[in-house]
Amino acid sequence: MNISKDKTTSLSEAVDKFVHSGCHMSIGGFTINRNPMAAVYEIIRKKISNIHLYAHSNGHGVDELIGAGCVSRLEIAYAGSGRFAPTCIRFKKAVQAGTLVVEDYSNYQMTLRFMAGAMGVPFLPTRSSLGTDIVEKWGFSEQMRSEDQRLPDQKLLVIDNPFGSWGDTPKLVLVPAINCDVTLIHVQKADREGTVRMEGLTFSDVEQAKCAKHVIVTCEELVEPEFLKAFSDQNQIPSFCVDAVVHIPHGAYPTACYRYYDYDPAYLNQYRKYAEDEKPYETYLKDFVYGMKDHRGLLDKVGRAQLDTIKADPRTGYAVGLDRR
Amino acid sequence: MPDYTLKELMTLAAAREIKDGDIVFCGTGISLLAAMAAKNIFAPNSVIFFETGAIDSLLEEVPLAVADPRVMFWTSVNGNLADSFATMQNRMTGPSVVGIMGAAQIDKFGNLNSTTIGDYFKPRTRFSGSGGACDVASFVGKTITFMQHEKRKFVPKLDYLTSPGWLDGGDSRKKAGLPDGGPVSVVTNMATMGFDETTKEMYLTGFFPGITPKNILDNMGFDMDVSRAKEVAPPTDFELKILREKCDPQRLILG
Repeated sequence: MNISKDKTTSLSEAVDKFVHSGCHMSIGGFTINRNPMAAVYEIIRKKISNIHLYAHSNGHGVDELIGAGCVSRLEIAYAGSGRFAPTCIRFKKAVQAGTLVVEDYSNYQMTLRFMAGAMGVPFLPTRSSLGTDIVEKWGFSEQMRSEDQRLPDQKLLVIDNPFGSWGDTPKLVLVPAINCDVTLIHVQKADREGTVRMEGLTFSDVEQAKCAKHVIVTCEELVEPEFLKAFSDQNQIPSFCVDAVVHIPHGAYPTACYRYYDYDPAYLNQYRKYAEDEKPYETYLKDFVYGMKDHRGLLDKVGRAQLDTIKADPRTGYAVGLDRR
Repeated sequence: MPDYTLKELMTLAAAREIKDGDIVFCGTGISLLAAMAAKNIFAPNSVIFFETGAIDSLLEEVPLAVADPRVMFWTSVNGNLADSFATMQNRMTGPSVVGIMGAAQIDKFGNLNSTTIGDYFKPRTRFSGSGGACDVASFVGKTITFMQHEKRKFVPKLDYLTSPGWLDGGDSRKKAGLPDGGPVSVVTNMATMGFDETTKEMYLTGFFPGITPKNILDNMGFDMDVSRAKEVAPPTDFELKILREKCDPQRLILG
């Protein structure tokens, strides 16, 4: 909750203020779309570590954070970057090496968990996952859960319908609310007060923003409050939910931002090659992340010509005919 | 008979199962292509929707992820995850949804693993995880699953049960409290399979031209009834033309 009339700030200041080692953080977007990449790279550059990360089906942003060693625990439904990495590569390596503890849920369950946090209730019910190992196997042990005040004692609970035969539903799975310290989202438009307008699909960004103590919004365009008020039925997040607004064009790059730019197949393919082995990955981090002063630096390195290839076509909102092999 | 690839036949074999008016949930890759082929060839009134919330997208280009901006163009509704999964759990709409799935492992009751190979706590191979797969498999009227026909994929026991099929067979799915519905078919690079009405065990429904039931059984880790199987019709010229020219002209999925 923040009622300041001007929340514009630099990314560096926003991250310094709201993202700390050991914090519970969620990032918005979905696989290769609208990941808050500028913020992710800034967190990596600041070497923030031991983050407890929440996401539903996140791809590239999650993988970069894991690859750079920022994340120690992950609660997630899906870690993949579409055809560019059906399973995120650094995620896969970290789990197989035992350096990352993962709790698996389904996508709907993660969404419900963010929603429960946003609604102020301790859990929400669903019929998903009855009879599966999502119910049976807990990535976070009971001991770990009982020792950590910030984790619910149960991963989830299966109960008989407390309303008896009402709703023709014998059993339900209850999933616990998430209330994280900070959520990062990248959006198309925001004003200085923090009102947000996303275009295309919103995924679970609204629930993720509303369940967090603090929210950092990075945006393609910083617009006047009057601009958003004129068509307010297109806005999704009210200003008081937001703590920091940072204007960063191409802030989701190399993931897509509908009506602005596509994902960059060249970058994502190149990332996959670097990510496959340790030495090349160190080179990647040095050359593309640590070696950059800020996101602008990365965009300059990639170059105008490459960014022009992913520029969105105004009719469709994506780069028509883009070479995506 | 036209020349065709196995991938083309697989895509079409799944597409043929989709009825006009079905609401088709799909992921990416071949499952998406099957949904596109169904809509363009057999089921013009089917509606494709994605777990990301996009409904009835005009797919002028093949999306490479369910969050690809290509799914957001010319939709009837651009919703969100909460909406899309609620559509599947909803008692009015869920039974009309056909989900197209894929997985790393399948068992004889159509349960799927897309999480880990080996011990869950010390996995030999980690995969992406459920995503929306467990939700779809839990909620919708019927599911079709794509698999490669290999012994290590058709296993007697899953290393991790991510998405529920018929669980232990018989009425075990109902006993577990899951909604009605479940897997109806499995399509591989060799064959099509269904599930017995009573036992819910997988059985062979069709073998691809040039492949025998014995070839098929040799490539799986459990036995199944092959007595009801017929040869799968090869693709027609028309099916191939639409698939190649309209659905995936860049051959991003067909290869």
